[in-house]
Amino acid sequence: MGSTVERREVEAFGRIAGQWWDPDGPMAPLHKLNPARLTFIRDRVGDHCACPRGTTAPFEGLRILDVGCGGGIVTEPMARLGARVTGLDASSEVIGAARAHAQAMGLKIDYRNMTAEALAEAGEQFDVVLALEILEHVADVDAFVAALRALTRPGGAVVVSTLNRTAKAFALGIVAAEYVLGWVDRGTHDWRKFIRPDDLAAALTDAGFCHPEWRGLSYDPLGDRWRLSNDLSVNYMGIAAG
Amino acid sequence: MTRSSAPTRPGADPQRADRAQTSRADVAIIGGGLVGLTTAVGLAQQGLSVCVVDRQPLPATLDPAFDGRATAVAHASKLLFEALDLWPAMDAHAQPILEIRVSDGPSLMHLHFDHDDLGDGPLGFLVENRYLRQAMADKVAGLDAVEVVAPEAVETIERSEAGARVALASGRVIEAALVLACDGRGSATRSRAGIDIMRWSYDQMGIVATIHHELPHAGIAHERFLPDGPFAILPLRGNRSSLVWTVPTAKEPAIMGLGPRGFEAEVRRRVGDFLGQVTVEERRWSYPLSLHLADRITDTRLALVGDAAHGIHPIAGQGFNLGLRDVAALIEVIVDARRLGLDIGSAEVLGRYARWRRADTVVLAAVTDGLNRLFSNDVTPVRLARDIGLAAVDRIGPLKTFFMRQARGSIGNRPRLLDGQAL
Repeated sequence: MGSTVERREVEAFGRIAGQWWDPDGPMAPLHKLNPARLTFIRDRVGDHCACPRGTTAPFEGLRILDVGCGGGIVTEPMARLGARVTGLDASSEVIGAARAHAQAMGLKIDYRNMTAEALAEAGEQFDVVLALEILEHVADVDAFVAALRALTRPGGAVVVSTLNRTAKAFALGIVAAEYVLGWVDRGTHDWRKFIRPDDLAAALTDAGFCHPEWRGLSYDPLGDRWRLSNDLSVNYMGIAAG
Repeated sequence: MTRSSAPTRPGADPQRADRAQTSRADVAIIGGGLVGLTTAVGLAQQGLSVCVVDRQPLPATLDPAFDGRATAVAHASKLLFEALDLWPAMDAHAQPILEIRVSDGPSLMHLHFDHDDLGDGPLGFLVENRYLRQAMADKVAGLDAVEVVAPEAVETIERSEAGARVALASGRVIEAALVLACDGRGSATRSRAGIDIMRWSYDQMGIVATIHHELPHAGIAHERFLPDGPFAILPLRGNRSSLVWTVPTAKEPAIMGLGPRGFEAEVRRRVGDFLGQVTVEERRWSYPLSLHLADRITDTRLALVGDAAHGIHPIAGQGFNLGLRDVAALIEVIVDARRLGLDIGSAEVLGRYARWRRADTVVLAAVTDGLNRLFSNDVTPVRLARDIGLAAVDRIGPLKTFFMRQARGSIGNRPRLLDGQAL
């Protein structure tokens, strides 16, 4: 299986490896987005896998893979929630930063500098596979989603999140976030790679997943926080059974 | 062979000996007073491990001589205690406040707060602090997730992005994701963190004593604004009341120095005869009154809670209740973060606590300070203005309801625990 990794983008993320956990650094928007994303994962994965509710370690016993884990902004919470977690990233600098941070936090996480395709070829499977804010950076979405399917055990689930290919997403994701607000580095996103929910749903079902359930992520400027919503026009995420 | 550079015998290397006494907790709480223990109970009940450090052994703080004050527990604070299952042990010692009568010295005008105006149970409860402490200590003793390390002194607190290390005088080290400063108005933890406070001193002391009286108090709290400052008679269980007598600092030594009979005579003069024959319990305490606000209530892996963050003039009995609003907000923020797997000591989590508490604290401090300055003034025009003002407050429904809701602590975007809801 070939790699769908876009080399130029991997290098761009590698350059800021040390700043993943700086709340005022280049990854600040992801930190802001995180509580809403984690709420979705905890509740929907929890429902799918019949996890206990209202406890501090609902994911005990689950094996979770985080593809494109970056510095571990979602990977570490999965470990705190009790899961056995593997994090993958194509950049060795980023994986190095993620390992150092997890160690400082006293968390056991299996970080690997490899691609989803390579791990799928090795035949490993997980209860839950996460592919968050990564689809808009891969070169071949269909091949990437096929690798996600191969990594998900039968009866497991995949969770994806990405940016919609709408004028509003372009305006907010690129013009506002990259140029006006300076939230993310310029050139972080390429609008042509943004994916419509229908197209992503088709890619997922073609690969053998059930039809995904979508939720939108909306920014509330007054509370300066992101919330789960029914508006899929900018950021959206979903879960699909494997 | 690198045996000489890597000692394997325990104690051969000071670093290693140090590690042998290192323990981990999710949260280290500095200060085992009312605020620290309430926080410990709330966090432990939600599955977090807590280590409480205090200079005093816990049993000493339960002695009646340690703290003679009684606390006005607001309605919302009672709901918090109910949610944490602390209230059942306090209930038997709690006197409901059914009515508050505020009068202005010899003036006949007065302000009258009645719970019927709100129609939702008593305005609050008077509970002697030792019973609050006892209920908390008993609860903590039954929680495996709480360790109380006392008596013990803090030597250093190191805080970084990676975590916090609290080094104790005994050589023990506690590693935690978050340190909470619950060590009161003179918080050493706050000073160590280099957080400045703004302070207004009133140049006043509050003298506290307990009286026994012949006639029942009928659950009525009285607050009299005498020229020297407020004089409060707060109903306790039985035919007893707690006095909070505010005096200028210069007069305090003379009053505290009075013999039992002289002190009793002064008290009787101020209480009057509406409670019949009055006798004063032997013990009395005095506390300086001041208003202080910390510049900020969070730092790297540190949050200030209760009096360490702010102290307000106790004129309206709000200091403790304001502290419990910190506690309720902080428990909710930490538990919400922990249940998402977030780092509970991270800047985002602490930022949520700081934003939530800022507005509430500043508003209440300003209101209370304004009331006290107004009522501690005996200049005639001011006196007239406040006579009219007081009468006006009594007639203007919405304003009075605002004061009462503040007194009960049920205003604003409240933490779920203050509605008595489980997290």
